Amino acid sequence: MRELSLHILDIARNSVEAGARNVALTVVEDPERDRLEITLQDDGRGMDAETLARVTDPFYTTRTTRHVGLGLSLLKATCEQAGGVMELTSTPGKGTLVRCVMGLSNFDRPPLGDLAAVIQSLACETEHTELVYRHIVGDSEFRLDTMEVKRELEADCLCAPPILQWLGRHVREGLHDLGSRA
Amino acid sequence: MKSVQELRELRERTKAALAVRDREGGPRIVVCMGTCGIAAGARDVLRSLLEELERQGRDDVTITQTGCKGLCEREPMIEVLIPGSAPVTYGSVTPDVVKQIVDDHIIKGQVVSEYAIAIGSEGN
Repeated sequence: MRELSLHILDIARNSVEAGARNVALTVVEDPERDRLEITLQDDGRGMDAETLARVTDPFYTTRTTRHVGLGLSLLKATCEQAGGVMELTSTPGKGTLVRCVMGLSNFDRPPLGDLAAVIQSLACETEHTELVYRHIVGDSEFRLDTMEVKRELEADCLCAPPILQWLGRHVREGLHDLGSRA
Repeated sequence: MKSVQELRELRERTKAALAVRDREGGPRIVVCMGTCGIAAGARDVLRSLLEELERQGRDDVTITQTGCKGLCEREPMIEVLIPGSAPVTYGSVTPDVVKQIVDDHIIKGQVVSEYAIAIGSEGN
């Protein structure tokens, strides 16, 4: 995957598939400490210790359609290549936390890429899964809470084209105003 | 939220579309978003799908997603479900193919057979 945002979409899809009602995505660009930190917290079904230990093995998957997983193992490799780490914490029945740290200016760090399209994609799931997305650059923050948007729209989900398009533009503008350079 | 005004306008615009959806069930497009689909370009397919639907003013289409369907080599894949017609699964979908599917299938009701890999067999 050439963009970190594709990894984010991939692991957030894991949360959706794990039955999460709430997903919290936080991206922190910290130029002072030269760090990029991405965390994804869900309240899905979680994993037991045995699964957790195997989940970054590319040849492990819970799916039945094919025999390799790849998602988390690829993300782990990307983090390590970019001078960082990936940490996984999970509790069965409670949820999972994925935390990725990378060197912001590391030459081998892929760009964040089109995060707005990722948020559009995740917003298609808002009938079942809410998303709180926070993006922090230095002292400034952009925040999007799908539950707030739904309340404002008096809608059960955000999966209609005009709403998704608005969300995409809103995130693009937000990240531009924030001065995101990752 | 800085765009509350925009949201209010959007609420008026989507109210009708969402109501139609509730009443009759409008067209639905399902994008396959497994790791395989994402790696093959499914996110950009979704983005161009939204841009095409906006260009055509099709506020009534519902967009949902699913995971890996087990045909990884044909990703990116989308399914088009139009009430009263057989569901169609498309494979090897690029942004250009999306335009063709929206123009021919969503607007005119004609299946784009060149990219259709299953018709009516998905049991949706």
